[in-house]
Amino acid sequence: MTATIETIAPAGTWALDPIHSTIAFEVDYLAGTFKGDFRDVSATLAVDGDTARLEGVAQVASIDVKDENLAAHLQSPDFFDVERHPELRFAAADVALDGDSVTIRGEITIKGVTRPAALSGTVAPPMTDPYGKERIGLRVTTTVDRTDFGVSWNAPLPSGEPALADDVTIVGDLHFVKGA
Amino acid sequence: MRILGISGSLRRDSYNTGLVRTAAALAPGDVESWDGLKDIPPYDEDDEASPATAVVELRSALADADAVLFATPEYNSSVPGHLKNALDWASRPLATNPLRNKPVAVVGAATGAFGAVWAQAELRKVLAAIGARVLDDELAVGSAATRFDETGLLADEELRERLGEVVANLMVAVDERLATAA
Repeated sequence: MTATIETIAPAGTWALDPIHSTIAFEVDYLAGTFKGDFRDVSATLAVDGDTARLEGVAQVASIDVKDENLAAHLQSPDFFDVERHPELRFAAADVALDGDSVTIRGEITIKGVTRPAALSGTVAPPMTDPYGKERIGLRVTTTVDRTDFGVSWNAPLPSGEPALADDVTIVGDLHFVKGA
Repeated sequence: MRILGISGSLRRDSYNTGLVRTAAALAPGDVESWDGLKDIPPYDEDDEASPATAVVELRSALADADAVLFATPEYNSSVPGHLKNALDWASRPLATNPLRNKPVAVVGAATGAFGAVWAQAELRKVLAAIGARVLDDELAVGSAATRFDETGLLADEELRERLGEVVANLMVAVDERLATAA
């Protein structure tokens, strides 16, 4: 049964707690999975009656991986092209709940290309933090084909297979704090 | 507009230097040749604290340029070692190197039929790894011994026109970059 966002997120504007939230990516590389995230992220969840709007931004320049040279390569035109496209964006006005499961349909923008995307995951119901603020948590994921967005770098392996997969999973651990 | 032209060939009568000179003739005042390649020492991380004057000059020339046009020959199916070596110097440190986001184009000439296409492809890969904005344009001048006039400039009209387009596309990329920054 589908409920509205209102049932677990009271009306109002919820702002992202950027310190405890993570917007990360995971992609198969060689024999394993490579992960990174963006340190500078922001998002708002605006709830009004039975509608909700989620908007989020990650700054490409804040990409966080374990080597500064790799970070530089990921910011270059070979990958995200931070000079031309400094932000990754997501915006959605279709938020559907089913118990603690959530599906959020919207549009994601990577390297200047905007395409439909559906995030799915779970919602932690409202709670009051030690400072008296109301919080909810969303853990959502979606998978995109990076080549749809012009992020097409690759390197052939001796087998002829590519080193880096096309499918990238984006994971958001989003802590929202209700505004005044 | 300041487009730095770098020939990957050191030979006095090099066809690739001829390509850079022809580009300068096609866009007078916009393309200038850099000819310090032979003075760049082998890359050694131990020397990074006090790099050779030629390295400092290369980095400075790249930093001052709006774009870079590379003309490369092909040695053993790849980029000449001294050109790759110079780029290795220029690329350090990677995150702040002067080629980062800079529009670059690669052309090439060779006496064989294929016009250094493999070296050009490898050079594009190297430049992309360094973080440059590598144009898709290609210009492969094959059978180079028959394509240049007695003054060393590209004589073939069709190839001259194509080289002019490559330079024009570099200028467009520079304008786009300036517009983004504005």
